[in-house]
Amino acid sequence: MTEAERLAAELLAQMQAAGAQPVATEILQPAETLLDLYGEDIRARAYVTHDPRQGEMMLRPDFTVPVVQAHMRIGAEPARYCYAGPVFRMQTSTRAREYLQVGFELFARDDPARADAEVFALFTRLLQGHDLRPVTGDIGILKAAVEGLETSPERKAALLRHIWRPRRFRALLERMGGHGPLAKARAELVTKLQNASAETLIAEAGQMVGLRSAEEIAERAALLCADAQTPPIPQAQVARLEHLLALAAPATEALAQLRAQDWPALTPALDRLEARLKALAAAGIDPAALPFEASFGRTTMEYYDGFVFGFIAGRADLPPVATGGRYDALTAVLGQGRAIPAVGGVIRPETLALLEGKA
Amino acid sequence: MSVKLGVPSKGRLMEQTFDWFADRGVNLKRTGAAREYAGAVEGVDGVELVLLSASEIPRELAAGRIHLGVTGSDLVREHLADCAAQVTELAPMGFGHADLIIAVPKVWVDVETLDDLDAVASRFRAAHGFRLRIATKYHRLVREYLRAHGVADYQLVDSQGATEGTVKNLTAEAIADITSTGETLRANHLKILRDPPVHCSQATLFAARAAAWDEVSDAMAALMTRLGLPDDVTR
Repeated sequence: MTEAERLAAELLAQMQAAGAQPVATEILQPAETLLDLYGEDIRARAYVTHDPRQGEMMLRPDFTVPVVQAHMRIGAEPARYCYAGPVFRMQTSTRAREYLQVGFELFARDDPARADAEVFALFTRLLQGHDLRPVTGDIGILKAAVEGLETSPERKAALLRHIWRPRRFRALLERMGGHGPLAKARAELVTKLQNASAETLIAEAGQMVGLRSAEEIAERAALLCADAQTPPIPQAQVARLEHLLALAAPATEALAQLRAQDWPALTPALDRLEARLKALAAAGIDPAALPFEASFGRTTMEYYDGFVFGFIAGRADLPPVATGGRYDALTAVLGQGRAIPAVGGVIRPETLALLEGKA
Repeated sequence: MSVKLGVPSKGRLMEQTFDWFADRGVNLKRTGAAREYAGAVEGVDGVELVLLSASEIPRELAAGRIHLGVTGSDLVREHLADCAAQVTELAPMGFGHADLIIAVPKVWVDVETLDDLDAVASRFRAAHGFRLRIATKYHRLVREYLRAHGVADYQLVDSQGATEGTVKNLTAEAIADITSTGETLRANHLKILRDPPVHCSQATLFAARAAAWDEVSDAMAALMTRLGLPDDVTR
């Protein structure tokens, strides 16, 4: 047994002692579900193979999706699950392709703040004695900030869709503020669309090919013309959002700073943050010393939509030892309407073993 | 042992490669019977010509079975992950130009940029229940490009030939393919997005990092001098 396997078994036992029920999931997962959730990007990171009967299959890139599916089948509520086993990720660097993950997932409808705190406190306890830096964040605050912009619902939806893709998010924000190359290209397109009807332009363009119908094209052309009448997002609001994205401070102080901005749209999300910090304090975590970074989890954890956390080793060559967060929207998609609020996280025992010098 | 130089085994790419070397005083030629893939190098000692399919040259370079190879930069970037770690680009050769581009139906009068394509992908998925399909054989290049630009809600479908026809055949909504003049695209009622191409390809001379360079350093130095290229590329 390797040191990582020993650590994995120990962590799993501690999670069971914390009330979690162990679950097993298959290594081979249907690719379709994962591709639909994560998009085509996952193909660059997961091993895909082909089964003559079942079609495209993937070597499990993580446990979250199969564990949520298992819960949807068997779920009593509230429920706590734990698991340990290998996951597979393609790498271009020398990082391991196959590595262990030990995870804990909590499905509970009541008191999300307490559930967040329970998971974070458990991970803090499990990782005690290792030299790690905890980080927390909250994707819910970012979403609330976008919802609070003075602009059309269409623009807000477009921004929300790209919260996890900072480059496109920034480009969209720039265009909606009326600046940059995209705004110029859009203005030219709209001029063209305003000078002739979509039907005329389509007829001029030649033969209709493809599945996307003339109605769909005309519909979006009309939307673009309507969008051109929407005033630019005020620069002050863009600046405030940028400022929020750059916020990094101890959690208590971050909350105070955000409250001081007098930004009414954030109030419900900040109330949730405050409740979480109280629950963390009750669970023995000092929020005045807990790092909070508003952008944490934006690039790496695409399905988290509320509280997010990580435990980072002080070595740039190593991935985070643990990551986790709340993923209510994912359960809504997988449960086909039967959403259940969920929060959880995973630990990488190999990275822990490396840090201990026992790999 | 000699420096193994991999060159496309037929067609215009082979002829232009031969011309490029000849202009620099190195004569490559095919030898033996017309259909025999054998070649010779004149004008510099210790260089061996290996005639290969252009599409196999990236793989042979990665394995270090040839020291040098001539092929399209698109093929190297598509077939080798983290290609800078596996090959060094010695010289762009100025021919075999082709752009890897994304094209959509001309009748999509509401789409001109990647920004539009991304927005359409979202609406298309909502309306049709599946992610917008882009037909291509350049999976890695296109995926990396779309990821870098933050495009979502699309899927790549494999197309090894006649890619421009997939939209009309309703097996894809858009395509990503190599084009030099755009004529085939126009004939198939497609137009190119206004953004810069995914990749601008041309025939390029590559060196393999994994090849055994110690045994051929003198011959390599002589060849590089003759070609007018710096000799420190493999170290």
